[in-house]
Amino acid sequence: MTIALPPQTSSSPPGLQPEGWLRYLSFSLDHKVIGLQYMVAGFFFYLVGGALAGMIRVELVSPISDFLGRETYNEVLTLHGTVMIFLWIVPVVNGAFGNYLIPFYVGARDMAFPRLNAVAFWLIPPAGFLLIASYFIGGAAQSGWTAYPPLSLTTPAAGQVVWILSVLLLGGSSIFGGINFIATVLKMRRPGLKMMQLPMYCWAMLGTSILVVLSTPVLAGTLVLLSFDIIAHTGFFNPALGGNAVVYQHLFWFYSHPAVYIMVLPAFGLVSEILPVHARKPLFGYTTMVYSILAIVFLGLIVWAHHMFTSATPPWMRLFFTIATAFIAVPTGIKFFNWLATLWGGKIALNSAMLFSCAFILHFVFGGITGVALAQVPFDIHVHDTYFVVGHFHYVVYGGTVFVIFGSIYHWYPKFTGRMLNEDLGRFHFLITFIGFNLCFAPQHWLGLNGMPRRVAEYDPQFTLVNQISSVGALLMALSTLPFLINVFWSAFSGKVAGDNPWNALTPEWLTSSPPPVENWKGEAPLVTHPYGYGVPPGQIDLKAATGRELWSSGQ
Amino acid sequence: MTAFSPSSDQSPTDTLAPALAEGAELLAHGTAEEGHPDHRMFGLATFLVADGMTFAGFFAAYLTFRAVNPLPAGAIYELELILPTINTVLLVVSSFTFHRAAKQLRQNQLGACRLWLLVTAGLGLAFLGGQMVEYFTLPFGLTDNLYASTFYALTGFHGLHVTLGALMILIVWWQARIPGKFTADHHFGVEAAELYWHFVDGIWLILYGILYLL
Ligand SMILES: [Cu+2]
Repeated sequence: MTIALPPQTSSSPPGLQPEGWLRYLSFSLDHKVIGLQYMVAGFFFYLVGGALAGMIRVELVSPISDFLGRETYNEVLTLHGTVMIFLWIVPVVNGAFGNYLIPFYVGARDMAFPRLNAVAFWLIPPAGFLLIASYFIGGAAQSGWTAYPPLSLTTPAAGQVVWILSVLLLGGSSIFGGINFIATVLKMRRPGLKMMQLPMYCWAMLGTSILVVLSTPVLAGTLVLLSFDIIAHTGFFNPALGGNAVVYQHLFWFYSHPAVYIMVLPAFGLVSEILPVHARKPLFGYTTMVYSILAIVFLGLIVWAHHMFTSATPPWMRLFFTIATAFIAVPTGIKFFNWLATLWGGKIALNSAMLFSCAFILHFVFGGITGVALAQVPFDIHVHDTYFVVGHFHYVVYGGTVFVIFGSIYHWYPKFTGRMLNEDLGRFHFLITFIGFNLCFAPQHWLGLNGMPRRVAEYDPQFTLVNQISSVGALLMALSTLPFLINVFWSAFSGKVAGDNPWNALTPEWLTSSPPPVENWKGEAPLVTHPYGYGVPPGQIDLKAATGRELWSSGQ
Repeated sequence: MTAFSPSSDQSPTDTLAPALAEGAELLAHGTAEEGHPDHRMFGLATFLVADGMTFAGFFAAYLTFRAVNPLPAGAIYELELILPTINTVLLVVSSFTFHRAAKQLRQNQLGACRLWLLVTAGLGLAFLGGQMVEYFTLPFGLTDNLYASTFYALTGFHGLHVTLGALMILIVWWQARIPGKFTADHHFGVEAAELYWHFVDGIWLILYGILYLL
């Protein structure tokens, strides 16, 4: 989508790399090229996952399984979850924006390990196509994105093994990326740039990458054991052979709860970049933001069993994981109030980037509240495995993260391409997405509270009307992609020329040409010690003497 | 070098003009490793944290099995202690021999370094041989019961690491033939293989503890 670039204003890149649009198909080592590769590949898989979601919602228009057979429905559902999580959200919110922005933010010319970076990206397309191909050759996995045994041991083996292989490749890609981000943020900072002066997205990516490095390998090891159970007929997780299925759940959620933060923490970071620019105010509470991220990383690692309250967990475990989960609401709440305080009294520009960001705050609070509710054992046992969980999850991951991805594209597209996106089309896109999303997922909470189970192609006819409302919402969401795609393609050729810094932003990626030259800056990298110094009359604060902390806490 | 003055109305790029006007200096891509500080050891250490988490997951699974899944009546799961104990000694000694090799290299004693590398690789291969003997003499197979499967999965995954480590050692031993390939100050290959080898040793000590002694 963001392929076509206006003529390069920078000096020509070194001869080792292909030039022009061809470099987006090459094993490029440029972090900006790799970032956009992640973005375009991720968006392609978003369209695939969206089509799968469309098939689910069409099937659920009627209470009987008429559009899709039961087994096909299970395959579609499994593919939808896997594609959206592992091929769209994780690669885009980490790989795309992380690769593009982090080197700018630390004042580096590239990531710490450019070659590893390219390897990490090029693992993704084969993994994705393998996964999709399994649907056409012998049938895809049917056990959902969680692949719980014994279900994953009794459904057809071929699709499940391909699914494991694909997720292992994507996990490897994610770990390589995480190592690269940690090394870049900690080791590649330009001399003179302190950690507490970094833009918030760096902290978010540091926290996310710590989670990736600590938790993804556990999933990888678990899936290897699961593949032994399928291929070699061992019995690690197979109760029929003396194994223990609950151990799989523990290991799986040790990754997959942090996975929520792997998807959402970078979105927190991106929103923290967007809001100050379009509200013309410093980011409120920088220091508390940093500590909140670190607290979320720590707490995120010790709450996994809140997904397992119906898996015969002993009472002490239920109590511990309920309390730990409730604690996560504290740092998350701090971030929420910091964003509100950032907007408070600001000169807010209600453009597409800001609208998507504000909708994110709204949705995320709602998804967070239902999340805290779900962490309470009595409530969870009532709604476990119902549509309430589906509604909660999509409020966090679509209403939260995907809205931020769109907001971020509106914000950084001028930097990627040198041209502005059309704001009218952008606001139109926002409006339909917002209405469609809420129409689709809000009613699902009601469905779940009234007992409609998830992951089943058929349901009680009393739920027909509400399911149809939800499907209309899904249709709107599908349609909302059109104005976005038109906007992206049209603006790439005919959009208003952006110039270096169309938003008058202070973070380092705006202090170079659009698109930036191959090594980010001609000449020395700028030292940006106050990335959020908006709206302060010059001379009021002695920048030489003030620490970042004093500046940010001084507010207006 | 410019620190930006925060102001909403005036474009901060103005203050950058002198920096932008200068010609581009291409540092990160043009030349291979020069001009870009070497963070490969840091990257490897981070990777080993990830690798260690894979083992941690396996250990947690095994310990949970031990706690809640009793061995069914009639199932065979017995381990001998002598061979794995000899193997443990071999691996621990190999950590010291590798340390010795790296020390010789830092003192520019390339010949001695290569000798100690070879000894280390030999100890690693002896460990693998011992494990093979153990595998062929054990009275249970991979799918016999939960504990048998877990035993082979854990030791097999570790054995894979030992195999890779021994290969790495033999590769740096071979590369060290070339004069100037590794110097007293620059020898990433040797350093990386050493860190990896100590990691594999450490993992084995935990494995030995929970599989054979616990
Ligand atoms: Cu969770």
